[in-house]
Amino acid sequence: MTEETMTLEVTRYRPGHDREPRTQSFTVPYRTDWVVLDALNHIKDRIDGTLSYRWSCRMGVCGSCGMMVNGVPKLTCAAFLRDYRPGPIRVEPLANFPVIRDLVIALDDFMEKLRRVKPWIIRAVEKPVSDGEYLQTPAQLDAYKQFSMCINCMLCYAACPVYGLEPAFLGPAAIALAYRYNLDSRDEGYRLREPVLSEAVGVWECTFVGECSVVCPKGVDPAAAIQRSKLAGATDWLLSMIMPWAGRR
Amino acid sequence: MATRKTSEPFWWLLFAAGGMVAALLVPVHLLVHGLAVPLGWTSISHARMLALAGHPLVKLYLFALIALPLYHWAHRFRFILEDLGLRGLRTPIAILCYGAAVLGTVATLWVLWQI
Amino acid sequence: MTAPRVERPGLFYPKLPATWWLRNANYFRFMLRELSSVFIALFLVVFLVQLHRLSQGPGAYAAYLETLRAPGWIIFHVVALAFALYHSVTWFNLTGVVQVVRLGERQVPPRLVAGASFALWAVVSVVLLWFLLRG
Ligand code: SF4
Ligand code: FES
Repeated sequence: MTEETMTLEVTRYRPGHDREPRTQSFTVPYRTDWVVLDALNHIKDRIDGTLSYRWSCRMGVCGSCGMMVNGVPKLTCAAFLRDYRPGPIRVEPLANFPVIRDLVIALDDFMEKLRRVKPWIIRAVEKPVSDGEYLQTPAQLDAYKQFSMCINCMLCYAACPVYGLEPAFLGPAAIALAYRYNLDSRDEGYRLREPVLSEAVGVWECTFVGECSVVCPKGVDPAAAIQRSKLAGATDWLLSMIMPWAGRR
Repeated sequence: MATRKTSEPFWWLLFAAGGMVAALLVPVHLLVHGLAVPLGWTSISHARMLALAGHPLVKLYLFALIALPLYHWAHRFRFILEDLGLRGLRTPIAILCYGAAVLGTVATLWVLWQI
Repeated sequence: MTAPRVERPGLFYPKLPATWWLRNANYFRFMLRELSSVFIALFLVVFLVQLHRLSQGPGAYAAYLETLRAPGWIIFHVVALAFALYHSVTWFNLTGVVQVVRLGERQVPPRLVAGASFALWAVVSVVLLWFLLRG
């Protein structure tokens, strides 16, 4: 019996050689328990060792294996070959990002945006360690928990046409993370993050296409975070118009 | 940038209010004034329509019904144009769209004033 | 305006074509949703003209209603009604996402909020119909 196989159409790009990415087809064995990442590893080990891509955990935690699979942003370690039969499967680098080589994209822009929203707990005055932890009720945890599940895989950026058209846009994951800390009962950094969010290229750039929330592998719902941040920003603005004397949140 | 930064919440609030008005009220009005009355499924006499529209509270209602969704249009249309790749013309597009909505608001006031 | 991105040599920068919204069904539905605002606004302009004719007397009003009987106008209003309904449905579906409603400490599930807005829409529509069509 001949072994069942599947074809992968993989994007290749060699910096300095290619002016544009091109496609190369590989035939790999088909296994019901294989994910796209397994197929790529097979190619790299057995067929072409020059194929470049990122991965690490193999279990949907590290967020480094994101690629376009048949045009949809996916964690390749969670995309089973069996869901794409009979193939071929198109594997491309994450959309909207500059390509460094083959399936590897540049992260700098996203990293810079993450830093900009200060995704850590900010206190006006830190209390001394001897005073113990900052306590939180289960309800206070629930308020932001969903938005803290992000693994920085950037699938949402690849799904966002606004980011594709306007690279300066702060983007789904960064805003969701800012929102997550703004919602945290232990945090006092709202005023420091607000200027970043309320820039024109912050929340206002978003047109609520909503695809970021569809592709997110962790159920973060960045689109909700962005719209709620707009509502909060607009309410703030309205209050400051009606009552300029009142101190804002 | 500075002006965009401060004016976005303002236009967004008008957009949101207009979207809500449009979602709640427009389908019924469209059905009645755009289809039912012209097609003769029902009729609203000139006298009754005039008496209705002449009432100050109804005028206020009509003003909100017509003017607010214009801002909803302006906001969305502006971003449609930008999303279709006209990013180089962002400022003129914004001025044209919101400007048209403001004109429409003035026209609404004028028409209602005449009734 | 935002400063243009500095492109590093050697990297490939993809460009999103203006036809991106044809790439998947969700993008396309998004475009339809945004486009609904155009039809809603057009209808309101037509309605405004109708109100203007109303103030010009019974003759002008009747003539305008006659104009609206033309097949072209009927088609326009049918299409506009479809878009208006699409707007309402998408809008109320999303209210639950945008507006966080709390009861005490707990957040009301977005589905319930959306459901409540649909109910409100139904009530408002019935009241409005009754008001417009009675006697
Ligand atoms: S929000 Fe979701 S899709 Fe976006 S980076 Fe985080 S986990 Fe990935
Ligand atoms: S390899 Fe870590 S998320 Fe896929």
